[in-house]
Amino acid sequence: MTSTGSSVGTGRFPAGRLAFPHRDLLGIAQLARHEILYLLAEAEQWVELNRQRSKHSDTLAGLTVINAFFENSTRTLLSFEIAGKRLGADVVNMHAAQSSVKKGETLLDTASTLNAMRPDAIVIRHGSSGAPHLIASKVDCPVLNAGDGQHEHPTQGLLDALALRQALDDRGEGAEDFTGLVVTICGDILHSRVARSNVLCLTALGATVRVCAPPALMPTGIEAMGVEVFHDFDAALRGTDVAMMLRLQTERMDGQFVPSPREYHHRYGLTRARLERHAPDALVMHPGPMNRGVEIDSEVADMIDRSIITRQVEMGVAIRMACLDVLTRSARGVPGWATEQAGGQWA
Amino acid sequence: MSASSPLTFVNIRLVTPGGVRPGALRTAEGRIAALGDVSPEAGDLVIDGKGALLVPGLVDFGVFAVDKPAFHFGGITRAALMPDQSPILDLPSRVSYIAKSGKPDLWVHPLAAATRGLGGSELGELALMKEAGARGVATGRRWIADSGVMLRLMQYAAMLDLVVVSHAEDGGLAGAAAATAGEMATRLGLPSAPAEAEALAVARDIALAEMSGARLHLRQVTTRAALDLVRSAKARGVAVTCGVTPAHFMLSDLALAGFRTFARLSPPLRSDAERLAVVEAIGDGTIDVIASGHDPRGPEDKRLPFSDAEPGMAGAETLLAMTLTLVRDGVIDLPRAFALLAATPARLLGVDAGQLAVGMEADLALVDPEKPWIVDSGQMAATAGNTPFDGQPTQGRVLALYKGGAEIG
Repeated sequence: MTSTGSSVGTGRFPAGRLAFPHRDLLGIAQLARHEILYLLAEAEQWVELNRQRSKHSDTLAGLTVINAFFENSTRTLLSFEIAGKRLGADVVNMHAAQSSVKKGETLLDTASTLNAMRPDAIVIRHGSSGAPHLIASKVDCPVLNAGDGQHEHPTQGLLDALALRQALDDRGEGAEDFTGLVVTICGDILHSRVARSNVLCLTALGATVRVCAPPALMPTGIEAMGVEVFHDFDAALRGTDVAMMLRLQTERMDGQFVPSPREYHHRYGLTRARLERHAPDALVMHPGPMNRGVEIDSEVADMIDRSIITRQVEMGVAIRMACLDVLTRSARGVPGWATEQAGGQWA
Repeated sequence: MSASSPLTFVNIRLVTPGGVRPGALRTAEGRIAALGDVSPEAGDLVIDGKGALLVPGLVDFGVFAVDKPAFHFGGITRAALMPDQSPILDLPSRVSYIAKSGKPDLWVHPLAAATRGLGGSELGELALMKEAGARGVATGRRWIADSGVMLRLMQYAAMLDLVVVSHAEDGGLAGAAAATAGEMATRLGLPSAPAEAEALAVARDIALAEMSGARLHLRQVTTRAALDLVRSAKARGVAVTCGVTPAHFMLSDLALAGFRTFARLSPPLRSDAERLAVVEAIGDGTIDVIASGHDPRGPEDKRLPFSDAEPGMAGAETLLAMTLTLVRDGVIDLPRAFALLAATPARLLGVDAGQLAVGMEADLALVDPEKPWIVDSGQMAATAGNTPFDGQPTQGRVLALYKGGAEIG
């Protein structure tokens, strides 16, 4: 069998493009369990590379990746930029003020403009749910969703799964998926795309997911996504294996959703005492940026044995490298990854 | 052909309030002169219907654009235009201009803006606008939040005998919502409002209508709770009527999948349980009017992320066919379909049209209720093809249309 361009051993996943038959990565919702596991497996090789002194690969040499960020971001943009550069791609960052793309056809015009520059992948962050889907319909190259409104942030869901799997492995509790694991996601679920991608990703991998928030910050009907709904954080924490904390996204709130940060911390803040009382062995996660003293106390965030927050950041680069690699294989002509339209954009 | 030459339709099935019956119909001087067992007179232009239905031209209650080709395709001869225009219909001069804008082959009945600029605070000059041609007063595609303003509006409109057309969505709950709260909105991450926003608004407006004696028409009622309120108000004898568009009896919020902005509507699409409540309310007579809500929107308004797109659908061309699905499904019969589409809206507007009866304006359509066709957003007569029914096979087409006894070419 010819190389699939993958470091993954044969047999675990379908061959070639069948392992990941999507042009774009718009959300976890589009992925099957084995496709999620495939991306996680692919990322492992990049975790290794990222720990070497020389962190360079020529996998994407000569390819152009545009990071089009229509919403402010520091860490995600940096993570995608580093991922692209470590793969040898030419990475260009486009910062577009949200205000300039809200009106008329401008967003699609921007997409056409980017497309005309013949990028090999476009990474989109946008404040409106579904914006990457719209752009994907207009461009010829793969589109990666780096967070759209309150919808999805698929690479965050993937990197959280990878960080969690590794942390469990370090503890000797590792397995390929999360069957039997209880994860509590607490915070502003309503406005969180991270919560949605994590719910989809964790449940696909077999975990039991609890979501916890005051009622005003809990989206209607989320139990249909296969989660247990809690408003009492202490009850949600009881017996949980992982506590994933989310910040209050005040920038998306139209009106007041909680009386005060102090009161929020009182009911929903992850303190050492709370953790010791209800889940003394639980791992602690946070997608950042953290508001210390609101949803999470510093002493919890910085616990060396329990907090895997910095590992999440580390895995982010590896996951994004894996996604960029996998999504560009068709255009790069990797054997087994050709599509009918392969190379079409250069035709 | 001039409007004055009499027509006699023969070999037709007449859809009258009393039932569907074979016969003939004769027009003279732009009005229906006789129907039933009628023979052509000398000099009449005789039209052989070849067994088609002859129905009243549709009276489309609550459209957002004057879009003649789409209306004529859909068999619509009169349309009540919402005040949400640019500029807003809040001055007698604008009302007067719009009232003449479609003649002779489409009569536009302007609905005056209830408040200046539809701002919800200062009452519009309703009496002057009525004299300029307004046939009703409407709050536009928004709710008047101030109950004091709404009460004074209704009292004033009751005095003028103008129907008050209200958009029933509690603004505080609806906010910037683009979808109904529920699984779809949660999965898609769309800003959403609870369906109860409608019942809250309907309850208040009914209470104010009862106090003021105004004729209240709730342009779209789309939830079971709100329909129950209307049902019980009617039983008490309140002068309340309500309407709906085909989207809310044909589709649920599942149509939002893939962020399809053609399904971005106001009020937003609801759950399938609410859709079934709408169908039931059409069947039991709680819903009085089916309208198109015609609002053609081009790519500049629709090729956007879902919540940034404008709400609205181009509905004029599909209004008749979608309503006929209710007839085929046995929810309503043909006479009731045309009560919903023509007679009741005409009565609310106070115009002599909307049914096949002697003395009525000869606004007529020859219809093949079975003719199959496929809705195609790329092939619409409307100024834009934003239909949520794109690609859907349907049945029922207008074969010929007459306004005031003259065929529309």
